Amino acid sequence: MNKKLLIPLAIFGVVFAFLLVGLGLNPREVPSPLIGKPAPAFELKRLHEPARSHGTADMKGQVWLLNVWASWCVACREEHPLLVELGKAKIVPLVGLNYKDEPAAGIQWLRQYGDPYDLSVIDRDGRVGLDFGVYGVPETFVIDKAGVIRYKQIGPVTVEALEKKILPLVRELQKS
Amino acid sequence: MRMVARPLACLLLALAAALAPLAHAADTAVPTEQDPVTQARAVRLEEQLRCLVCQNQTIAESDADLAVDLRRQVREQIAAGRTDEEIITFMTDRYGDFVLYRPPVKATTILLWGGPLLLLAIGLAMLARLIRERRRLPDAAPLSPEERARAEALLAGTPRKDKT
Repeated sequence: MNKKLLIPLAIFGVVFAFLLVGLGLNPREVPSPLIGKPAPAFELKRLHEPARSHGTADMKGQVWLLNVWASWCVACREEHPLLVELGKAKIVPLVGLNYKDEPAAGIQWLRQYGDPYDLSVIDRDGRVGLDFGVYGVPETFVIDKAGVIRYKQIGPVTVEALEKKILPLVRELQKS
Repeated sequence: MRMVARPLACLLLALAAALAPLAHAADTAVPTEQDPVTQARAVRLEEQLRCLVCQNQTIAESDADLAVDLRRQVREQIAAGRTDEEIITFMTDRYGDFVLYRPPVKATTILLWGGPLLLLAIGLAMLARLIRERRRLPDAAPLSPEERARAEALLAGTPRKDKT
């Protein structure tokens, strides 16, 4: 074969490979720099009992999930049935961060769609969400016994993500 | 007297009308953050930060909720006396380098920064090779006397006789 013909072919191959990989990437999924770092500490009012607070300190020593949700968040409804099931299974404590929401609306939403959370806390102005690098609700964090973020699910939790990533990771972390 | 008073009243009215917007502007409360130096600094910082919701906009341009929050964060931190560097670090700690509109030069971004230069270098190399090859081409074989005669005839504009 003519050697000169190989050059455009090679260039085409490289460009093709780059574009092919690019197609498979989701630009909305920005890798979080927080993975492997301690979860930002917070202490917030509980949604159902505003007189009491709850925070990262209370979860020390156990593996837990932090799910960022809001009543205005449409995609949250998508993952919600799955979370309700997860809540029933009692595999791992699930804490809800009611992000930039009206507490009354949040409570109403949980009444309507079911409350999978061990408890939810109120992040009225989204400051804690900002500390967690939240940019697209819903988001779910897996936090280990030492309080380190081990995984972040951006967007709704899917059956696939739950069974292939989140739950195996939780089980592994619970063992250690 | 009345003849003079009317134009004067008109003039005063016109003047008042012209000044009205100014008076209104003075009425609006100016938030402290709009002190021009701080404002300029905030905007400069905001123009460097990407809104993660509408990814092709800076937080200065975007109206997304997140951009509003991040702008508030920038302004609060300026008010708290943080340096620009500290504010940028605050953002990258939470959102990663992606939040920077201008990606930092790192091992992982070398291709991004070096890519255009690399392509330019490849293009120049190809051009140089092409020119060298052209130079090396042997000169065209000299014209035979008949060919020369024909060419001269053509150039002179004389009609060709050897039409076949």
